[in-house]
Parts: sequence; C-alpha cells; structure tokens
Amino acid sequence: MKKDLLSIDDLSADEIYRVLDTAEAMREIGERPIKKVPTLRGKTVVNLFYEPSTRTRTSFEIAEKRLSADTLNIAVQASSVQKGETLADTAMNIEAMSPDMIVIRHSSSGACNLLSRICKSRIINAGDGLHEHPTQALLDAFTIKQHKPSIEGLKVAIVGDLLHSRVLRSNVLLLTKLGAHVFVSGPPTLVPRGIEQLGVTVATVDDAVRDADVVMMLRIQQERMQGAFFPSLREYYNLFGMTTERVSRAKPDVIIMHPGPMNRGVEIASEVADGPYSVILEQVANGVAVRMAVLYLLAGGVKNEAAA
Amino acid sequence: MPVVLDADRIGRTLTRIAHEILERTRGVEELAFVGIQRRGVPLARRLATLVSGISGIEVPVGALDITLYRDDLMRHSIGAQPVVGHTNIKFSIDDKRILLVDDVLYTGRTIRAALDALLEFGRPQSIQLVVLVDRGHRELPIKADYVGKNLPTSLAQSVQVHLLEIDGQDQVEIQE
Amino acid sequence: MKRLLKGGRVVDPANGRDGVFDILIEGDRIAKVGVNLQAEEGTVVVSIPSGLVITPGLIDMHVHLREPGQEHKETVATGVLSAVTGGFTALACMPNTSPVNDNAGVTQFILKKAADANLARVYPIGAVSIGQKGDQMAELGELKEAGCVAVTDDGHPVRTALLMRRALEYTRMFDMPVIEHCEDPTLKGDGVAHEGMVASKLGLRGIPGEAESIMAQRDIALAEMTGGRVHIAHMSARQTLDAVRYGKSRGANVTCEVAPHHFILTDALLAAPVPYDTNTKMNPPLREAADRDAMLQGIVDGSVDVIATDHAPHHYDEKHVEFDRAPFGITGLETCVPLCLDRLVHSGLISFSRLIELLSVNPARILRLPGGSITEGAVADLTILAPDLHVKVEAKAMKSKSKNTPFDGWELRGGVAATIVGGRTVYNNAAVNLPI
Repeated sequence: MKKDLLSIDDLSADEIYRVLDTAEAMREIGERPIKKVPTLRGKTVVNLFYEPSTRTRTSFEIAEKRLSADTLNIAVQASSVQKGETLADTAMNIEAMSPDMIVIRHSSSGACNLLSRICKSRIINAGDGLHEHPTQALLDAFTIKQHKPSIEGLKVAIVGDLLHSRVLRSNVLLLTKLGAHVFVSGPPTLVPRGIEQLGVTVATVDDAVRDADVVMMLRIQQERMQGAFFPSLREYYNLFGMTTERVSRAKPDVIIMHPGPMNRGVEIASEVADGPYSVILEQVANGVAVRMAVLYLLAGGVKNEAAA
Repeated sequence: MPVVLDADRIGRTLTRIAHEILERTRGVEELAFVGIQRRGVPLARRLATLVSGISGIEVPVGALDITLYRDDLMRHSIGAQPVVGHTNIKFSIDDKRILLVDDVLYTGRTIRAALDALLEFGRPQSIQLVVLVDRGHRELPIKADYVGKNLPTSLAQSVQVHLLEIDGQDQVEIQE
Repeated sequence: MKRLLKGGRVVDPANGRDGVFDILIEGDRIAKVGVNLQAEEGTVVVSIPSGLVITPGLIDMHVHLREPGQEHKETVATGVLSAVTGGFTALACMPNTSPVNDNAGVTQFILKKAADANLARVYPIGAVSIGQKGDQMAELGELKEAGCVAVTDDGHPVRTALLMRRALEYTRMFDMPVIEHCEDPTLKGDGVAHEGMVASKLGLRGIPGEAESIMAQRDIALAEMTGGRVHIAHMSARQTLDAVRYGKSRGANVTCEVAPHHFILTDALLAAPVPYDTNTKMNPPLREAADRDAMLQGIVDGSVDVIATDHAPHHYDEKHVEFDRAPFGITGLETCVPLCLDRLVHSGLISFSRLIELLSVNPARILRLPGGSITEGAVADLTILAPDLHVKVEAKAMKSKSKNTPFDGWELRGGVAATIVGGRTVYNNAAVNLPI
C-alpha cells in the first residue's frame, strides 16, 4: 500500500476490499459502551482544512479519536492565506512538529500531491479542488455493499455537476475498478471532456436511471449559474432533478445516495431524499468507520503473523 | 509433521475441560465464554455447548478480535496491516465470570491484548483463561487456568491447530 | 583581429550552402567564405574538428527578460548570458515588463542593459497598446525609432478586433509585424491546463485549443484585410495551424512560431511522473498528442516558420505552490538547441538546413534583422553546433536566474560548442573545448 491516500488510483482493487472489510470491523466499535481502541495511541494526526467543512472534518475527528490518536485541527482562515503564507510554508512548519498523519482538504486540485512531496507524514486527501475525495468514494462503496451482494456488475447512475465534482472522479475510479457499469449524466455543459475514457457511459438522465441499482446525486452549486453552465436551478430540477417519478424507472430495490449537503428541490426532491430508497444518512454514519479503516491501514504495521 | 492431538483426543480434552470448569465454578449462571479470534471462537462455542449440556444452563458466548490492541502494530513502516476480524459480544460482561478461550498460549501477548480489550466492555467479576495447548516461552506473567495439553516446544517449532469449523478437520500438529 | 575557421561543415541555407567551407572573420565582419582559403600573416587559424556544424547565429524571437521590474526572475544580463550559452547570438524580448515597454524610455533602458552586458544582441519588442491594456495604441513610431523590431500585447491578445485592425494597418508604415498571443479570454476563463481527458481526470480547469485558434482566425482575417503582417506567437493547437495554412493559401501575410515544449511534450506530463508538476504549466498549455504531432508535421512541411522558446523564467518560490496558483511559463534558452538537434534532426524529421531556417533565417527575415546568413561583409554572428555531444540537462547549472524547466535530467544528443557575436567568442563550451 502506498504511504499516502491521495487518489483512488493509489489503491488496488484488493486494497479497496481490505478497506471495506476493515471498516466493517471498525463499525462495531461505534456500538460498544466505550467507543475507543488504543490502536493509534500516541500518534498525532493533523486535520488541515483550508475549506470549511463540518461534516468531513467531524467524521475524521471522531474516527481519529476512536482510535485514540491525538488530533490537531487547523482550520486555515482566509486571512492566513491573505497574509501570504504559502501551502508549502504551512506544510513545512507542520512537518517540523513531526505529525504522523495529515488529513488535508484544499480548494486547489493537486494540493495534497504538493503536500506529499514536502512532508514525510502520511497524507490523506479529504478533498482537493475538483480532483478527488477518496474517503467519500470508499464510504459510498461501503454503503452500497451493505445493500447489494457485490459491486461488480451493478448499474450505477451518477447525475449532476460532473465537471466540478471531486466525488464523481473518485467514485468513477473506484466503481469501474471494482467492475460496476457506471452511467453519468448531467447538462452537456457540465460533462468533462474525455470522461468516457475513464470507462463510463455518458447518457441522458432517463437512460442512466433506467434499471439502475444505485442512483447517486451530485450537488449543484448556485455559483455555476455565473459561468453560464445552465440558466436556472428551476430548469435544472425539471430536466435532471431526482423526483419520485424518475426514481420509479430504476430497479425496485434501487438505493439513492448523495454525498451531501443536499439542495432539496434542486438535484433531489425532498420525498426522494427522505424516502424509503434513500441511504443518505447511512452514508454519513458509515463515514466514521471507513475513515477509521483508512487511518488504521495507513498507520503502518507488520504482516499478519502475530505471536500468540 | 507429528500430530500431537487427533480429533478424538481433542474432543475428549474439551469434554474434560468442561467438567473441570463446572467442578471449580460455584455459579454457572454467572459464566460466559469469550473466544479470541480466530480459532478461540469455535473452541469457545464448543465449550459453551458442552457446559450447557452438562449443567442444563444456557451459557452465552462472544467473539473478541484483539488486532487493534496488539502491541506490535506500529513497529514497522507501512506494510500489510494485520487483518481486523469481527468482535461480537452481545451480552453485558458486568459481574460475569468470563472464560477467555484461545487455541495456543505462547508468549502471552495476545492474552494481554485480550484483557485490555475485554475490560473496555465492562467490569466482569473475574476472568479466567482456557487454552487448548500451552507451548511455553512466556514473555509476560500470564498463566492459563485450564489447559488442554502442555506441549513443550522449541522456538524453532510452530504449533498448528486445525479445527473443523475453520480448517475442515480437528488436529494439532507441530512443525519445524 | 583576423580569424580563419578552417575545414568545418557550414550550413547556411540562405546562401544555399551545406558543405565544408572556410570562414575568414575580420574584426566583427565576415570577410570571406570559400573553399581552401589561405591564411595571411597574423591570422589565427582555428581548425574545426569534423562533426561540428557552423551556422549563422541563432535568433530566439520570443524571450521574456523580465527587466525592468521582475529582476528576481531574470535580468537582461543573466538572460543574454543564458542565451549565448544556449547558442543564441540574438534574441527579441517581450514588453510585458514592469513598467511595460510601451515607450522609448523603457526601450532605451533595455538596450542600455544589453549593451552593458555585451553578449547576445537584444532586439526589444514594444507593446501594441499603452500598458498592454488594449485601449489605446502606444506610440508605435516612437517605439520603432527607439529600436523596437515588432509590437505585441503578449500575455494576452490585442483586446479588440478594431485595435488589432488599426495596429496591423499602422505598422505597415514601419514594416513591423504585430506578434499576437492568440487566445479568446472568455474561452480561456480561469483555465490552467489543456481541456481534455488529462485535465478532466486531474480536476483542472481546461483551456480548449479553440481558445487559441478562434483568435488566430480573427487575426489572420484582419491581416488579409489590411495587408498588415501578423506573427502567431507560441502556437500549440492543431486548429491554429490549420488556420495559418488557410491564411497563407489566401495570401495573408501570416507567419507562426512553435516552442520546443509544444512539439515534444503533451498534457500526459501533468499526470506523471510528477502529478501537478508546476514546471508543466504554461500558457498556451501542453496539449494532447494530436496537437503535438500536428506541430511536428508543420515543422516538417514548412507551414511553421520559426522555432522560438517563449523563455519565461519564474522564481522557485513562485512555482513551488499549488498548480492553480503557479504562474504560467518555463525557461527555454538553454534547452532549445539540444532538444531540436535530438528530436528533430537526429530523429530524421528535418535536415540541418531546415533547422537553421527555423532558428535563424526566418526570425531574421520576419523581424527584418541583420543575420540569418553567413555572408561576406555582414556581421560575424555564428553558432557552432556539436551535434553529437552528449548533453544532460541540469537545471541547477543553468545560467538563467530561474530553473523552471520540465526537462531537468533529460539526456539529449546535441549541444552548442561555441557562440560568436560580432566576431567575438562569447560562449565556449568547456565540454567541447574548441580553441576559439
């Protein structure tokens, strides 16, 4: 396994399954009276978040604490960037304090790669620009596996702002690696050039959703309208919003997913978000277990030959 | 590969241990078995069945994975982390007399880790250790309360325990 | 001072020469070119070892010297040193300095610095518009008089079609080309990489090839309309080359240049071996293989007129940031010749003569410079190439102040033995050790 988790490409299919299996064991810890194991005791993990994020940061923090690690949260205010300290300098300053792992979220694609070149610590990408969000794809896969016998052969539809979504990129890499059939859909203005070369089919929303086993909705951001990508949220909802009617074309045991936070009435109708097929809240709950698994597997260790 | 215990011997050994446990325990209702993953688990289940059969009282069984409590996890740089198994203790261990079960007792480190893990689940009245084989070479002050067979070994040897539930047959053998 | 360069292979396509010739230099001039010249009393005879090639001095018509204003990246002095080390006897420098070269004062400043350094010749290129803002035309006549050889708003395109039209008409008076950085700003947006599969996978905002070709089409049409001369700078997209060919076929006065990185590298380099390496970030960006191959094809079939480096030095600190935030550009003066020799000549794609057209004859012609040939009575600017020299690119050892190059560590076949400006040896490669 590589030292860092920057992209899903850093993991082989076997390693992905290792993460998912380990996450299963980690989940049980959350059900104990004392939700703690001593595994990362004495290890220091820095959460370096350049973009505000309650959900992901909290998830990582709980995961780190459940493994008994010492957590350091650095929420880089905009003013710090205004003061001119570069990411490289911040990284070198943190590295000087010898943390064991750094979890980084940043608005520039490739920021975690730069960090990985500078720091000896293990780097976990919690979202870099438009590029990737590997732990999200892992927890999505974990959630799917709880409802479907296997990921291989599943029809997965991913709908939304494909161009600006790091969740899309990580999910596409993971799902195709594990043998799913991925259909992506969105306004043509938001389809990245050359995306079919990643092994997905670009389809209309109806073709994508028809007989799908999994439907994953991506967030639409208000700011996109500034770039003339689509005329209005209303029109987006009419053409691409996941309504009960659209969902009915999928398989009867379809699961509806969303990385959050949701825009109700834009990419997803409230009835669908709260409906019987939605596993959106499970995704959030699974985040902690999956992140615990990633932290554990990246923290280093020996082969499985324990002295008894 | 010399076979030191065959299926028949294993069966009789477990039966003997079950009787020993009942002989030494005053309140069977307070007993609970916790097997250490992996092979301690089927052994714990068999013992629980035997004890329940003899006493007529249902004795609960749990499974405990101690990987996350090992003392050797962070010794080396990134390599294959040990696979984490499943922990499943559905009953409260408070005030229970726990019988911790493992297949082989060797350095004692696994048992140390198991004690740390188990004590996070509650406050048992007592914890006793049951092992199928004690091969010596302790590195910590740990002793078993019930031993199936004492098997002096050299450090160059290894003890292989095969169980029906996992390996398809019951057998204990020594390998060089 | 008389020097006779004896027995070397001379490639001088402007005079139809490719063979063994002797060259007699007197003072700063070429006195005689011929076969088996006799050395008079007092002439230093330099025997040119076989394998070396003497060419007219190479001219890089697209260089950012950064002075005045950004001397931490490069100065005129370090820039001309880098140039002669790279085999260039002359260069033309871009006006996007601080202050912009939109007036005689800045032009004269640059020329003075170049004279002080006394290495490669520097021909300033002036701005089309004041401050390069694209509103008001700069005093192009004054710029020409002060010594500018062309005008450009390089860094961006000339902002409006109207201003470009006026510039193309007006410069006809001075026989100066308008050099254009072709790019539609709205299509480029906040893009940082070529819009294609690699940018999609890496999550980088894309700049489509059409951003360049659409502006090129505008400018070529205006050149045809006005009779003015337009020179397309740093061409990178196959659609742009198509537009140039079409314009030429219709008789428009259009020429174009390609930088080595655009005919050698592709956007695959952004993903591996060093993902998000900012030394792969420049504008126009590295494009896909089809574009790179089209540039090569243009070099081979004559549609491309010039190879120019777009030497764009940046300080290490400026490049040691997230890809989005890094400035665009890489250096080029010291890597150009080895790359061209290795990838164009040794690969069999073009002849030495064609290479010299691209690196000397055509730049001189387009900018109306002396040079581009080895002619009796003309100034003795010569480059002596060592086509079989093994060169390992070492950024640390470069003479440029900045080391931002993606070619660091590359091993290439072909280098520079010596550079002669005005009869004077301004660079002598110790690895070849010519007694020159």
